[in-house]
Parts: sequence; C-alpha cells; structure tokens
Amino acid sequence: MATMAVQIAGSPDDIPLRTKLQRVERRRKLRAVSLVLPLLLFILIAFVLPIGRMIFNAIHDDTLLRLMPRTMAALNAWDGKDLPDETVYAALVGDLKQASAQKTAGAIAKRMNYELPGALSEVMSSARKASALSAGLYKEALIEINPFWGRHDAWSLLKRGRSAYTAFYLLRSVDYQYGPDSQIVTSPPENAIFRDIFLRTLGISIGVTAATLLLGFPVAYLLATLPPRSRNLLMILVVLPFWTSSLMRTIAWVVLLQDRGLVNDTLIALHVISQPAELIFNRVGTIVAMTHIQLPLTLLPIYSVMKTISPSLVRAARSLGAGPFYAFWKVYFPLTLPGIAAGCLLTFILCLGYYITPALVGGPADQMIGSFVAYYTNEDLNWGMASALGAILLSATLLLYYVFNKLVGADPIKVG
Amino acid sequence: MRAYPYDLDRARKKLQSIKRNIVVWSSTSAAGAGASGCTGEGRGSMPGMDNAFVKFSGVQKTYDGETLVVKNLNLDIARGEFLTMLGPSGSGKTTTLMMLAGFEAPTHGSLLLDGHSIDNVPPHKRDIGMVFQNYALFPHMTVEENLAFPLKVRKLGKLEIEARIKRVLDVVRLGAYGKRRPGQLSGGQQQRVALARALIFDPKLVLMDEPLGALDKQLREQMQLEIKHIHEDLGVTVVYVTHDQSEALTMSDRIAVFNEGAIQQLAAPAELYERPRNAFVAQFIGENNRLHGKVVAMNGATCKVEIAGAANVQALAINVEAGRPTVLSLRPERVRLNPMPGSLPNVFSAQIAEVIYLGDHVRIRASVCGQDDFVIKLPNSEGVAQVEPGAAIAIGWKTEDCRALDAQ
Repeated sequence: MATMAVQIAGSPDDIPLRTKLQRVERRRKLRAVSLVLPLLLFILIAFVLPIGRMIFNAIHDDTLLRLMPRTMAALNAWDGKDLPDETVYAALVGDLKQASAQKTAGAIAKRMNYELPGALSEVMSSARKASALSAGLYKEALIEINPFWGRHDAWSLLKRGRSAYTAFYLLRSVDYQYGPDSQIVTSPPENAIFRDIFLRTLGISIGVTAATLLLGFPVAYLLATLPPRSRNLLMILVVLPFWTSSLMRTIAWVVLLQDRGLVNDTLIALHVISQPAELIFNRVGTIVAMTHIQLPLTLLPIYSVMKTISPSLVRAARSLGAGPFYAFWKVYFPLTLPGIAAGCLLTFILCLGYYITPALVGGPADQMIGSFVAYYTNEDLNWGMASALGAILLSATLLLYYVFNKLVGADPIKVG
Repeated sequence: MRAYPYDLDRARKKLQSIKRNIVVWSSTSAAGAGASGCTGEGRGSMPGMDNAFVKFSGVQKTYDGETLVVKNLNLDIARGEFLTMLGPSGSGKTTTLMMLAGFEAPTHGSLLLDGHSIDNVPPHKRDIGMVFQNYALFPHMTVEENLAFPLKVRKLGKLEIEARIKRVLDVVRLGAYGKRRPGQLSGGQQQRVALARALIFDPKLVLMDEPLGALDKQLREQMQLEIKHIHEDLGVTVVYVTHDQSEALTMSDRIAVFNEGAIQQLAAPAELYERPRNAFVAQFIGENNRLHGKVVAMNGATCKVEIAGAANVQALAINVEAGRPTVLSLRPERVRLNPMPGSLPNVFSAQIAEVIYLGDHVRIRASVCGQDDFVIKLPNSEGVAQVEPGAAIAIGWKTEDCRALDAQ
C-alpha cells in the first residue's frame, strides 16, 4: 500500500489525482446521460411541455385583450363605478365593427358568454348592428340597440379582460365566479357542479381503491405463499385483464350486468330476485368495472412486498406465543404496509383520471372529472375550463403524493 | 460476574437439575449407545430416563408421501440439557426441530413435552422459545418492542415487561441498544437480540436453528461461548441445530448426529469423537483416515483386517463381522512416527508425499498401505523438522485407536 501511494504521488505526468478522477467520472456520467437522453427528450416534449402549456391555459386568456384593443385601452380610465363614459363606448363600437369585419365577434361573444350566460347572442347581434352606427352618441345608441351594454356586470367583465391572465377558470372549477363588481362570489346553483364532481371523483376513487385492496390483499398473500408452479398459473389469471383492451373488458361488463344479462338472468332463474336488479349504468356498474381493471395494479405492489417478507417472521411470532391472527396483524400486516400504500396510491391516482369506463357503464350521475375535461376539450372547445379542471386534478394528485411520501417515505419500516 | 436475569434461587435449582441430569446420562450413554443397532431403531433413547423432558417416540415425517425425511425417530432430551442435532443439509435435523416447534406435523409418532403430548398443541401454545437462522427479528419494531412482544402476548404488566427487558438486555450486553431497530444493529447484536427474545418469556425449551450460520468465524466462536454460558446460567433446556461440527462440540452436552433422516449416533462430544459408532459419524466428526479392507478374523473385541493384500491391521471391532468388507477409521493425531519396535501392534512404512506447516501443528500427507491420502497430524515440537517429503519412515498406531466400522 505504501509503495503504491508513493508511485501515485510521484507519477511523471504530474496531474493531480482529483483531476484524473474527475476526468474518468465525467466520461462515465456523459455515457450515462447519453443513454437516458432520448427518453428525457421524449418526456420533455410529449409530457412536460404539454402539461405546462395546459396549466398555463388555465390562467391565461387574452381573447378580449387581443380582439378588443380599443375598448381595453379606453377602459383603463374607467373607475368601475357607474357605466363608462362616451369614449369607451366609441372604442367599443370601433372594436365591434372590426370584429364584425374580421369575423372575430364569435370568439368575443363566446368568451363573454362563459362568464355572463346569455351574452353570446347579445354580443353577436350588437356586432352585426354596430356597423350601422355612425358618429354621435354611441353610448345611448348602443344601449338602445342592446340593453346588454347598459349592464354593469358586462362592463366589469370587459374591464377584467384588460389583463391576459384570469382566475375565472380556476374559480369556476371550484364553484366560484366573479360578481357584478368583480368580487369573488359562490356560483349560482345551476353552475355549481364541480365541487360535487370532484367529490364524486374522490368518492369513486376511494371506493375502487378500497375494493381492489380488499379483493387483492388475500390473492397477493396466496400468490406470495404458493409453491412456484401454482403461483405462475394464478399469476397469469391475475394479469390476464392487463392483456385485454380496457374497452373490451368494459363492454364485457355491460353484457354481464345489463337488465337481461347473465347475472340478472341467473339471479332470476334462482328466484333470488323477481325483477332485474340495476347493476349497470349506475354507481355499482362503475365501481365493479373500474375495480376489475385496477385490481392487478393494487395487487402486484403488495405481492412484491409480501415476497420479501421472510416466513420465519410469522413463525417467530407464533413461537413467541402469538396466535395466528395476532401474529398476522402485529407482524405480517405492518410489513406489507409499504406495498399496500404503493398499490393503493397507484390505483387511486389512476382512478382520479378515469373517463372511458364511467362513460360506458356509468349513469349521468357517475361521470367523473375526466369526462368533463374531455367534454370541454372536445365539444365545448373551452380549453380554459378543461385546463383549469385538469390543473386542479393534477395539483390534488401531487398533493396526495406529497402527503403519501411524508407518511410512508419517512416510515421507519424503510430503515429496517 | 454474570448477571442473572431471573431470581438467583431458581437459576441455581435449574443448574443443579442439569448437573443431576448430566450425571445420569454420562453414566448410561455409553451403554445406551453400545446397545443400539445401526438402523436407527431404538437409537437415542436413554435408558433410565423415563421422565424425559422432551420425548420423540416413533416419529416419522414425509412431505411427498414417498420418501421419509425423518425415519422412526426416538429421542429423549433431559431437562436442562443442551442437545445438538448435527448433520449435513437434508439429513432431517431441521425438520425434526420444526416438528418440535409445531411448524411441521409428524406424519407418524408422537411428541411429549414435559410429560404432555404436544401433537395437537399449536406452536403459540407450546411455550417454546425459538432462535431462527436469520434472526427473524421484527424489522418494524425496536429492540425493546421485539423483546416486549412475547410478554405483551402473555399480557404481563407494563412495569414487569420493562424490568424483564432491562434484565435480559443486560444478560446479552445490549443495554444501550433498546431503542434501535434491528436494521441498525450488526449481525452479532441482532443475534443476541434474537436470543434474548427467545429467553425473555421463560420458555420451557429453547430451540435454535443454525443461529450462528450468518456470522463470521470469530464472532461465531464468541457467540458459541456466550450461548453456552447463558445456557449454564439459566439452566434452560436447549435443542440446537447445526451442520458445523466444531459448534456442536463446543456447546453441547450431547450431540445427535443425523444422516438420511435417522440418528447415526447420540453421545457426548468426547464420546462421539473418540468412539464413533459407524463410518458416517467417524467421517463427519473431525478428520479421519479411512483404510478399506476386509475382516479376516474376529478376536473378541478386536479383529484382524486385511488391507488390499498389503498388510494385516489389528483393529477394534465395532460393527463388523468376519469375512465382510470394512472401513478402518483412524484419527490423524493418533498416528505415531518411528515407534519403538514391538511397542505397537500396527507398524507400517509410510512414504511422505507432502509436509504442510500450520504453526501449532504439522500435517503430513503420506502413502500408507497403498493409500496415498493418508494424513498424519503432528504437534509442532522437536523432531518435526526431520520429516521431509520423499522420505520413507515407520509409523504405527494402537489397536484401540483404529476402529473397524461398516463399509459404506
């Protein structure tokens, strides 16, 4: 050892050892980075950027600022108390004429309609009629052709439009909105649906997670304790749902659970029930179908943790005087907790985003937040709402994950 | 001074009872071993020990319904005894232990513990402490929680539990480690905790399944002595399973040598080494020179064995008869170099092939009676230096050091 040290120190090239090490390490790191680079780029382009863009959409909306530049500039001087003065109306007429000519009135009307239901037709008709207006008293003329422009809340809405950023979509997603004077108020009952939907999403996800845990835990235990040959067979049965398309599985449940389906026919034939039970297109059907799809995802993490638990631990507990149940509850079960937590978290988070299954086997009252994101994206083309709902779902998921990590990540089980 | 975890009187009483038992079996075991055959039938039962603390009678175990892992086991264990089951892997020793612990059910036969049948008693009601191969400490509990586990199950009071934990941690010299988790302890410390946990609830019997297998050699030797001393101090009955013969020789009162599901010999360590009952035991315990030959004449306790036409050897007849092939067993350290003419009945010429210097002793590999893996062990004293490879010397041994055993 001593001679080696001397050799290194006295090596002829006189490069410090630290530098040599860094060179070697750098080469190693570069190689590692070049291996993960394709995936990194893919994730960045296909995942991080779209999600960032989506979250940005939730708070960014410059429709009014872009399409009504004159009005927006003129509104700077408005104190927001009474109706604006003549110059603002003149600017509005100018903007409406331009919108009519450039066919952007629809976009303006739609944007205003989000916050003021009914504004769509008012704005569209005003834009058509505004071209006939000539110089003079625009304020009275405009209010005359459409009383909408005499409404204080319409002008509050336009004044808020001066900023390219709006909290409207996020507020709407949690059943708040702007009042006539731009103050935040709770939404009227006909608009206040999202809290219910979030709670429903949460409820269904918890229900499905609990169901997969109750059904999956014993199977995972069986898998972990069976001899290898029978284990492989059971394992194939467990992961079989993975190999079938989610649509096919869902439709299979429709076949099984419908009014004249296999389950109802059997129960009626056995005289258990006289009328077909409603098993599908309601909450029951939704939870059954989702549980079926999610079961392996809850089960497999639990199984992988159970496989690492030495059977001698339970034996030790038994030899120390614990009965079978006590040994299981005090020794085996606590050791499976990391697996239970991981499996349940996986299932729970995936359930939050379910869309197809509730759409196919659920009723109108079982649609989850994903359905509304899809609706706003595909049908209403209200990307702001879709983004806001998505952003809230995402932050709820991240929050849950953080809490989970706090609870389980710091768990002493990992130390042992 | 070693601390007694329980009250002194009780420990002394236990100690006395072991000593009594030791006297009982040491006076009878030679006769017992000598009386039994080599089929495993009846072997291991100690005459004069009708009130054995643990009694296996006619126990068999099979897993597949075809081969017996344990064949007709009869074994009595005295109260306070340290009995080791020694054997190669697959010899049935661990299965036997698991049957005693209650994790495996015998296919046939019955088990008695302290005079009561335990065939239908589940493991948690047997009151048997057990130390597992990989410690089996509960990783999610601290050392104290691990130790409290058997006491909580027994619904002991909080103060009593704390007092017992403190005492037992002192016994295993881990007083400062109570709040740690098993993952934060070294292998030796974990082993001590496992030991403490198996002892803390005052079990009738403590079973140990190769508990030192995962430790390095030095620690293992240290732990052997610790376990031995704890056993002596507490007077608890211990059944110990190992495949390491030096471990068995160090700790045991008696050793049951297992092979192929049967006890080959049950005896005290010295007895086992000095007087192996058959070729397997001779080979398994300690080093052993094997000379294959044929018994040509029986002469009372001794016999004459002809080795491949080369020479005749006078040997102690153990389980051989005239005209049958035999294996002569001879310990390497019992071979004398250059014996005085006429002083030994067996004198042969040896061609020295190799001399290995091992510090305290010298190992010589030589060719004797046509067999070239004959080993001689010489203590490192004067005269050893004269032995050189290639030299031919005279060697000899006593009749009683050479045992004619069944040929395997």
